[in-house]
Amino acid sequence: MTISRKAAIVGAAETDGIGKLPGLSRMALHAEAAKNALADAGLALADVDGVFSAVAGPNELSEYLGITPRFVDGTSVGGCSYMLFVRHAAMAIAAGYCDVALIVHGESGRSWIDMEAATGTPASPAGQFEAPFGTAGAPTTYSLPVLRHFHEFGTTKLQMSHVPAATREWALLNPRAIMHGAGSFTPEQVEHSPVVCYPFNKLDCCLVADGGGALVMVSAERARDLRKKAVYVLGAGEATAHRQIAMMRDFTTADASVLSGRQAFAEAGVAPSDIDHLMLYDAFSFTPMMFLEDLGFVGRGESGPFLADTRKDQDGRIVYRTGPGGDLPVNTNGGGLSYCHTGRYGMFALIESVIQLRGEAGARQVPGVEISLAHGPGRQFAAAATVILTNA
Amino acid sequence: MSKRSAYKGALPRPTPETLPFWRGAKQHRLMLPWCEDCGEAHFYPRSLCPHCLSSRLDWREASGRGTVHTFVINHKAAPGFETIPYVIAVIDLDEGPRMLSNVVVEGGPTPDNVRIDMPVTVFFDDVSDEISLPRFRPAKGVS
Repeated sequence: MTISRKAAIVGAAETDGIGKLPGLSRMALHAEAAKNALADAGLALADVDGVFSAVAGPNELSEYLGITPRFVDGTSVGGCSYMLFVRHAAMAIAAGYCDVALIVHGESGRSWIDMEAATGTPASPAGQFEAPFGTAGAPTTYSLPVLRHFHEFGTTKLQMSHVPAATREWALLNPRAIMHGAGSFTPEQVEHSPVVCYPFNKLDCCLVADGGGALVMVSAERARDLRKKAVYVLGAGEATAHRQIAMMRDFTTADASVLSGRQAFAEAGVAPSDIDHLMLYDAFSFTPMMFLEDLGFVGRGESGPFLADTRKDQDGRIVYRTGPGGDLPVNTNGGGLSYCHTGRYGMFALIESVIQLRGEAGARQVPGVEISLAHGPGRQFAAAATVILTNA
Repeated sequence: MSKRSAYKGALPRPTPETLPFWRGAKQHRLMLPWCEDCGEAHFYPRSLCPHCLSSRLDWREASGRGTVHTFVINHKAAPGFETIPYVIAVIDLDEGPRMLSNVVVEGGPTPDNVRIDMPVTVFFDDVSDEISLPRFRPAKGVS
């Protein structure tokens, strides 16, 4: 049994706006995203018989939308949950447990309307052995593996600073990006932005925004009759390795990312060299560096030198390997660093993969994309999921 | 006002399987659970050995020595950590297990005076009547 080419994404859309949305609650963000994705697919709410959601429980969301799905999944392992849902929805569709799957994200990450922190109780393992030592949000935990990577491989802060600089270049080409009008910056400017949590400066850290997005999935056969170009699931994988950052087995490689990637590549029957377009969840500058290595796009410890290997175009502008005009396009919407980040960003990465595979990306369209890979972590390299999509 | 009543940081609420650790910390002893079947120590404390699932655990005092496996220096004040910046570190205990804690450096931490693999020793911070937190400082002779 494989899910390869059994199911397709036929609807993909975000909330009307992203950024600061004080007029929309957590539930309203879900509802608007669901409505927009169904309109994109040309399907009705009544067609939906599978609901997948994490920030809202699938029961809470079904009630809000007034539907009674026959298949639900509320797996909540952090920002990659939506990537697991694509895999789970493909499984449910292939098994006949649902026909129209609706995967929904909504998060009032900035305005914080009807949100609760995912820190657990003071009696939880993290409440006893992490929080009392001053962990204060993602910048203080996602940062912990970085200096170990620097130590073992000679990676530098300047090499790492190429990630936000390259990603900003994509945002400048995307009119929806929160940082669309904010201009370029150099890797050196990343290092000179205010220190947040060493080794992270302000420009190493993702945005904090309100927003949502949703995907509609059906069987590959049914997808051919719908209005948008079908995007097929070629392969997918998932894994979870730990919950607290201190329990990470090896701080220079994320076991869950390696395991999820291995499954996805095997199922899709492709290798990293076959991937035309990459979405690597960028909560921080370092995050996609780990994934470039763990998914095999570069060797262990080689992400720093790879990113710093830039060239100048004829006008003297820096061309990054992962930026516009580079040989490995990564995070083409502008990423969590310059497009939007609500807290659980995975949905936005998936939607950009779909937009690129449909050829709808406008000025930032990567020419000739046939295979796109989206990968994300859940919490601090704890869980992970990989989705490989194709339009062919 | 005493330091104890002034503390505003997150306080752990011990559970049955972690109580010996926190009782030990209150007495300024770093206690670890050791498996009587496979002989391995583990951290954080579980109800059974995560290496072999044995429930035969024996609590013993650890040396309190370790090295810095990796660390960050946080510049944003958090409750209980009003003196910034402060270090959050993963400590490799000499007995094997790893734990998250703080490394307290005289005069404040910098990227030069806290180093990967630096030897550290435990001390205990009495933050409430019930809770003492194990933190670390550079081992004597280390600068």
